[in-house]
Amino acid sequence: MDPVSAQTPPVAVPDAVVVHERVEPVIGVRRRVVTGLLLVVVGLVTVLGWGFGSGTGDATFRFGGGAAIALPDLTVPGTTTPVLLGAVVLALGVFQLVRGFRLRRTPVLIGVTLACFVIAFLAWAMSGRDGGSIDVVQLLQSTVFLATPLILGALAGVLGERSGVVNVAIEGQMLTGAFAGALVATLAGSLGAGVVGAVLAGALVGWVLAVFAIRYQVNQVILGVVLNAAALGFTGWAYKALMQTNTERYNSPGVLEPLPIPGLADLPVVGPLLFRANVVVYLMYVLIVALQVVLFRTRWGLRTRAVGEHPKAAATVGIPVLRVRYVNVVVAGGMAGLAGAYLSIGTIGPFTENMSAGKGFIALAAVIFGRWSPKGAVGASLLFGFFAALQTLVGILPTPGAVPSSFLAMLPYLATIFAVAGFVGRVRPPAASGEPYP
Amino acid sequence: MKRLRWGGTWLVTVFAVVGALVVGAVLIAIGDARTRDAATYFFTYPWDTFTEAGYAVRDAYVALVQGAVFNPNLSGTAALGPISETLVNATPLILTGLAVALSFRVGLFNIGAQGQIIAGAIVAAYVGFTFDLPVGLHLVVALVGGILGGTLWGGIVGWLKARTGAHEVITTIMLNYVAINLLTFLLGLEGFQRPPYGQAISESVAASARLPHLLGSSLRVHLGLLLALAAAVGVWWLFTRSTLGFRLRAVGANPDAARTAGMAVGRLQIAAMAMAGGLAGLAGASQVLGVTGSVTGSVAGTIGFDAITVALLGRNNPYGVIAAGLLFGGMRAGSVQMQSSTGVPVDLVGVLQALVVLFIAAPALVRAVFRLKPGGAKAVGSELAAGWTR
Repeated sequence: MDPVSAQTPPVAVPDAVVVHERVEPVIGVRRRVVTGLLLVVVGLVTVLGWGFGSGTGDATFRFGGGAAIALPDLTVPGTTTPVLLGAVVLALGVFQLVRGFRLRRTPVLIGVTLACFVIAFLAWAMSGRDGGSIDVVQLLQSTVFLATPLILGALAGVLGERSGVVNVAIEGQMLTGAFAGALVATLAGSLGAGVVGAVLAGALVGWVLAVFAIRYQVNQVILGVVLNAAALGFTGWAYKALMQTNTERYNSPGVLEPLPIPGLADLPVVGPLLFRANVVVYLMYVLIVALQVVLFRTRWGLRTRAVGEHPKAAATVGIPVLRVRYVNVVVAGGMAGLAGAYLSIGTIGPFTENMSAGKGFIALAAVIFGRWSPKGAVGASLLFGFFAALQTLVGILPTPGAVPSSFLAMLPYLATIFAVAGFVGRVRPPAASGEPYP
Repeated sequence: MKRLRWGGTWLVTVFAVVGALVVGAVLIAIGDARTRDAATYFFTYPWDTFTEAGYAVRDAYVALVQGAVFNPNLSGTAALGPISETLVNATPLILTGLAVALSFRVGLFNIGAQGQIIAGAIVAAYVGFTFDLPVGLHLVVALVGGILGGTLWGGIVGWLKARTGAHEVITTIMLNYVAINLLTFLLGLEGFQRPPYGQAISESVAASARLPHLLGSSLRVHLGLLLALAAAVGVWWLFTRSTLGFRLRAVGANPDAARTAGMAVGRLQIAAMAMAGGLAGLAGASQVLGVTGSVTGSVAGTIGFDAITVALLGRNNPYGVIAAGLLFGGMRAGSVQMQSSTGVPVDLVGVLQALVVLFIAAPALVRAVFRLKPGGAKAVGSELAAGWTR
């Protein structure tokens, strides 16, 4: 028997949750002004920096990416394009300053602004000499490639926090997953076993997190930091003690081959982008949809969110708070472990020391930037992945001036700071996230 | 009274260290090739496995102590080498541990020591290789510069927290990456990078801005150690003897009550983060001016994260931080010797460090394992806000 649906159909617990989300908050004057000014600054940079600072060449966007059916190239003038796009951003900024957009339009506003800024920037970057061109599909391909571990890690973060457990240990779970993936795949001689091993290893770290956070009620942020340190130390130790001394036997797993989906893989743009990936990426698609559906359309998701918002109320209607948290945190650990599998056997094969290199922390940022929803987390991860891809691309373009790629690399982090500072809208975590339940 | 002490803080700490060493011993045994060979015929001669494992563990831990404290094979000044290395490693850990502990006491979780170290190191190095000042003054200006760099980096976090409520865990993590990228940018910039511009390393700090060695030029221990100890005394004084410290503790204990009592909670949070950043910035300056003499991308190493474990093990008490810094600094120093003479990777120390803190963070677990009586040991980190909100 399920007490929630048996007694009071989805009203009692979720009510408190849903009401919060439906209220259209009154937008503060200061936030409106700050956001508007930010947009104006971005617009000015676009017009003055990318528009009038550009070279004379044209900019060509190609849409190849190795698809069987390719779209025609798009060539635009290198100067006019940034100026026009900058004008659009300026107009948005002025409108925001004078009238103010509705708060729920904020993601659209950010999206349009970023798109204008980036396209203008690319046009500028190619205008250094004639014939400058980039392959948009390739750029997006490497975006997906770089975003995959972030998306999986961020989904893990969303699931944990929605049930009330802060998971700062995504990094450690990824690293352990990457290690276990390479080790198990080598020992078993099967990459499939490697993927399973990575998921189980991530889940194991998730279980440790759950035990200490739920049973021993250790502060969850401290716990995450400590688990990350332990994972870094342990995998580093095992890498040197086992893998380096006998690479053949412990660390030569091979790489997961891409599995093109017949038919879909030949479509222009989306084919090479989405349907020529390896099994981890396909699992990721399934997980994105599954998590979004499970969290918001199923009984388990309702219980999870109830436990994350108000555990006492959830317990009152008979939801086993601790069990819901245990299960979610362990499953989340498995997802982060899968992200680790992508890092090792999903891309390069062997494990190397500290190969997650902070991706778990970026995933954590994506959780918050994406406002604790699976959709948002995916969007934020793609954004971060895109900037990482852009950073590598800019190095090889004939730019008319120097672009410090380090500054491009900073953008996602600065954007996250702006996000949590509330400049781009309301960010409200699950109310009981991080609170132990007795 | 006596019973309370037995179940209390000290015993939990001791057993946490013992527990970590036991787990470490298991790892050493697994990583030892001879032990693994002996384990292949475990069911014929089971004792062999244990003796081989025993030898491996003994050798590794003996080397660890020799590298950290005293090595009977060395004589003369070299005999002080291990202690000197321990102190060199402990110096930034103490300073940064204080930075983390200070913010803990005010209820803020500073994961951004890494970025604050980098900010301090950048400014200190820049002052060190561009300014032309007399001996003594140059050093002071460089140190102050480092402190200001860290203060700025930490102060931003406090300001964001006070003005917008942005959670410091997120802003500090993000600012760490901003700092690393800023450093990468500077290391490719003419005027900061060392000619002939092949490597990502800064210009060398002038001799007049270097921290003097304490025990002769052959030993690396430098004046930064005394600065760290002085800083610990300063933090102790701040929290136990000054009005500002009282206010800070009040904010840490209960911000709402502090606000009701008329304290400017926001300003105190900014002050706390700025001071914490200053301490971490001093650590960065001390690394540059005392140890490396220039800045590279790895100037902060993992100090900023190790500092969190130092602060937790030291239970946010300045003198506890000194002790924890010396312990972990010694483990760092000893691990180098351990790796070179027995082949056990230095990373083992990272595992030990994390386990110690994991155990002391869960006193209930340690008590259950070692069958201790329940006592007064509070869980580490219980003074922090649990969630994102507040």
